[in-house]
Amino acid sequence: MTEPLLKVQNLEAWYGESKALHGMNFDVQPGELVTLIGRNGAGKSTTLRSIMGIVGKRTGSIRFDGAELIGKRTFQIARTGIAYCPEERAIFSSLNVAENLTLPPVLKAGGIADAELLRQFPNLQRRLKSQGTKLSGGEQQMLAIARILRTGARFLLLDEPSEGLAPVVVKEIGEQIRQLKSQGFTILLVEQNLSFARKVADRHVVVENGKVVDTLTNSALEADMARVKTYLGV
Amino acid sequence: MTRILLLAALAVVALAAPFFVYPILLMTILCFMVFASSFNLLLGYAGLLCFGHAMFFGTGAYIGGWLMKEGGFSIELAFAATTLAMAALGWVVGLISARRGGIQFAMITLAISQFVYFLLLRAPFTHGEDGLQRIPRSDLFGVIDVSSNLSLYYLILAISVAAIWFFYRIVHSPFGEVLRAIRDNEGRVESLGFVPERFKIVALTLSAGLAGLAGAMKASVYQIATLHDLSFHVSGTIIFMALLGGLGTMAGPMVGAALIVMLNDHLAQFGEWALIIQGTVFLVVILFFRRGLVGELQAFIRRRSAKA
Repeated sequence: MTEPLLKVQNLEAWYGESKALHGMNFDVQPGELVTLIGRNGAGKSTTLRSIMGIVGKRTGSIRFDGAELIGKRTFQIARTGIAYCPEERAIFSSLNVAENLTLPPVLKAGGIADAELLRQFPNLQRRLKSQGTKLSGGEQQMLAIARILRTGARFLLLDEPSEGLAPVVVKEIGEQIRQLKSQGFTILLVEQNLSFARKVADRHVVVENGKVVDTLTNSALEADMARVKTYLGV
Repeated sequence: MTRILLLAALAVVALAAPFFVYPILLMTILCFMVFASSFNLLLGYAGLLCFGHAMFFGTGAYIGGWLMKEGGFSIELAFAATTLAMAALGWVVGLISARRGGIQFAMITLAISQFVYFLLLRAPFTHGEDGLQRIPRSDLFGVIDVSSNLSLYYLILAISVAAIWFFYRIVHSPFGEVLRAIRDNEGRVESLGFVPERFKIVALTLSAGLAGLAGAMKASVYQIATLHDLSFHVSGTIIFMALLGGLGTMAGPMVGAALIVMLNDHLAQFGEWALIIQGTVFLVVILFFRRGLVGELQAFIRRRSAKA
């Protein structure tokens, strides 16, 4: 097995006085697509936010490409080659689609050029002059994913990209994510939609009460759906 | 095309105006338009409420006035030096305050402005409560006489147009886009790899430079610089101007500045009642024109064109 691209060890995180992560341990191999699955409030999104340094306090170790991320500020983490697409999408409301798309800086070589992004996300091409927040939920999600690809980051943190979207749009997002994986991106995906997760992921990390309680390959997940549904409470 | 026609009409009005309206009033409007634009850059585009913005305006008035009176500077050099000095002050204020946002940023800038106020009150060159009086209108480039109201008006007009064009270029540049993004969601901007406080410091530096220029121009117009120019009252007035016209719109705060200066001019005869009337106008705007006059007009035009 190769050296993991991301290695999280004993990660603990707090929101103010409230402890949200209680010693997370998992890793992600280069080129792999791993999902964090679990119930609401299990700590999946907090894990992504902790990797990006957005939570108030965090301890433990997050090693990315050999470098320790704990102690680094968010912009420094972004510059190591990690891009984050938050759950709320965070489209800049006062910028139009073109501006939202071209705003992120090119931090490393190898980012996707603007023309290529528009070819890959054709829905955005038609809406370039529209305000970012006037787009449909699906288009906003496409924009949120597309704009982080120009930075040159090769490791993507995607937080529930299928949330609140129509099935046809979820399918489209799934295809985009698969294409990103085939382009060599390593992806850590937070997902509650199990059917979506198993169509795109290689491996699933089950999170409960701020801890990893199980890790399943895609085939193991298919074979033991009953156990996974117990974890998710569905 | 409509835009070019509108700008041409504005140019004609601006050039002809001093023959119909008292030039001092027109120059005051221009100074406050530049000042309001500088404030708009911070609050309207970067989301930073500088509660002591008059410190740059008032200190600029003192420095510009002193350079012309005691330093023997020509008027354009005095303006340029003041702009640079105030930009430097803005940079220092930015270094102190840019890591903070919201109410903390507002309070830090207010505290610094109070500090600057008392510093200037004690500084010998400001002449304390008397202010710096009889500031000469130095020759332009050392040779062109701008001591008359009419000639000074055209100089102030030219500098104001240049300053507003500079402001326009800032907010329509990629830098301006990042500022707007910071206003929308600072955390998200940082997670994209930007360092938001660096942008905020540059915004404060540019804004302070413009405010200082406005202050120096005002000192040359009235030929006096006083502590009132950097008082909390002026900081409050500039917020009112920006809100009245419409924050985050290019023209809004400038329109607000023009309206308030004219309103104050007309209401001067009513003494303290002027403040009550001003307060009432403020209340009406806050309640019924939340986007400000220009903001509401733009929204109305957008709605009309969406229906069409």
